[in-house]
Amino acid sequence: MNCEEATKLMDGYLDGELDPITSQTIEEHLRGCPACEQTHKANSALIRAMERATPYYKASAELRERIQISLREEIAEPPARKVVRDSQVLFRKRQPELRTILLGTPWNWLALAAAIIFAAIIGLNLVPRLQRPGADQFLATQLIASHVRSLMANHLTDVASSDQHTVKPWLDAKLDFAPAVVDISSEGFPLIGGRLDYLDNRPVVALIYQRRKHFINLFVWPAGADTSKTPKAISRQGYQLLHWVDSDFTYWAVSDVNEKDLQTFKQLFEEQLPHH
Amino acid sequence: MALLLREAHVSEPEDFESDPKIVKFVVVKKHEEDHAQPAELTSFEEVMLPHLDAAHNLARWLLRNEQDAQDVVQEAYLRAFKSFAGFHGSNGRAWLLTIVRNTSYTLLKKNRAVDLTTPFDEEIHATGYESVSPATILEHSEDAELLRKAMDELPAEFREILTLRHQEGLSYKEIADIAQIPPGTVMSRLARARAKLRECLAARIGKEK
Repeated sequence: MNCEEATKLMDGYLDGELDPITSQTIEEHLRGCPACEQTHKANSALIRAMERATPYYKASAELRERIQISLREEIAEPPARKVVRDSQVLFRKRQPELRTILLGTPWNWLALAAAIIFAAIIGLNLVPRLQRPGADQFLATQLIASHVRSLMANHLTDVASSDQHTVKPWLDAKLDFAPAVVDISSEGFPLIGGRLDYLDNRPVVALIYQRRKHFINLFVWPAGADTSKTPKAISRQGYQLLHWVDSDFTYWAVSDVNEKDLQTFKQLFEEQLPHH
Repeated sequence: MALLLREAHVSEPEDFESDPKIVKFVVVKKHEEDHAQPAELTSFEEVMLPHLDAAHNLARWLLRNEQDAQDVVQEAYLRAFKSFAGFHGSNGRAWLLTIVRNTSYTLLKKNRAVDLTTPFDEEIHATGYESVSPATILEHSEDAELLRKAMDELPAEFREILTLRHQEGLSYKEIADIAQIPPGTVMSRLARARAKLRECLAARIGKEK
């Protein structure tokens, strides 16, 4: 190896990015060539110095907060407004302070759940004079709140398994009723797991299924004698609710998948139920 | 709040329990159907927020302006979040830095065409400070302010590669991916960037003398 070749490969050698054989060849050259060895030493020292001394611009806490807020806005916003906003984002200045406070990080989702519950309470108190709200509306509110809560960090499942034969015994051991857990993963609704919840003044089972990137909470509890047999579909707050009843159980499916997918889910679920 | 209560089209509300038809509440404020899950946001933030400093540092060096850097990093995080579903790799930092880099160049091209289109002018910087010895450069090389000024004089592609190598310690392979150049080009570009940085340092030291 001559000096020209060694100089050409010097940076790769300094960065430890050359293959072992080439590295060795350079080392041999450096041992025999004081001029190259001196350049090598000087460059090496300079690079280390630059690595140490070049200012590193850390992100401010403010920027972190600003990003977290914008991500939450991204989730909350309908697409029509989003298009306009995206094209402007490079020129947008900081969020107003008040917004920062109101949309502070984890409170966003808590606030959504709280808002739903709050609305339900007001609804129960005020609306009867205008129209009968029905128990369903309050229940729907509870169901959505539970669904939203379940999607907050690490709260989706108590028993996480795609195997119905794991989920069902786990649930059966905790409850005085034994809902069916079916496997419809081959139809595009993999089972994620199960969870215990408390709704409508009773313990209930939540089975979690997935549809693409979305989760479906299927709440199940024993059907009472007074349970209405009427199936219902409710759309509220961007969530779809589907309710049906069979001979043993009351079902409420809650998700943000579209209504058609949820109907398909119901149909598949019922088809796979063991027959009595 | 009132929005939540404004169910419309409920026919005969008194009787809907026994209504054989499916009762449907039409809700005024409706989210789009396939908005991202909060769970997805949580995992996105877990994977990507730890690299916020790296993202900001790269953008700051590329744009040489704090406000632009912040805007670009915010925009890059939004873009990353939107395409997060397509991210299956293990190198979150390299993936994010690629987006930060591309977003930075978009803004550079828009606002500062000069920065990209003017090739580094060897003539202007042909120093005349050859008298400044390597030892003298080394003496000054831990002067952060001097380094910053010298770095800021370099073209964007040099600032980029020096940041990725000297500050993030990325491999040639990672740098090639982020800067979108052939892996074989990384070493030669890095060599030129370092040589140019030495020159700029020498020129500044020479002037101060």
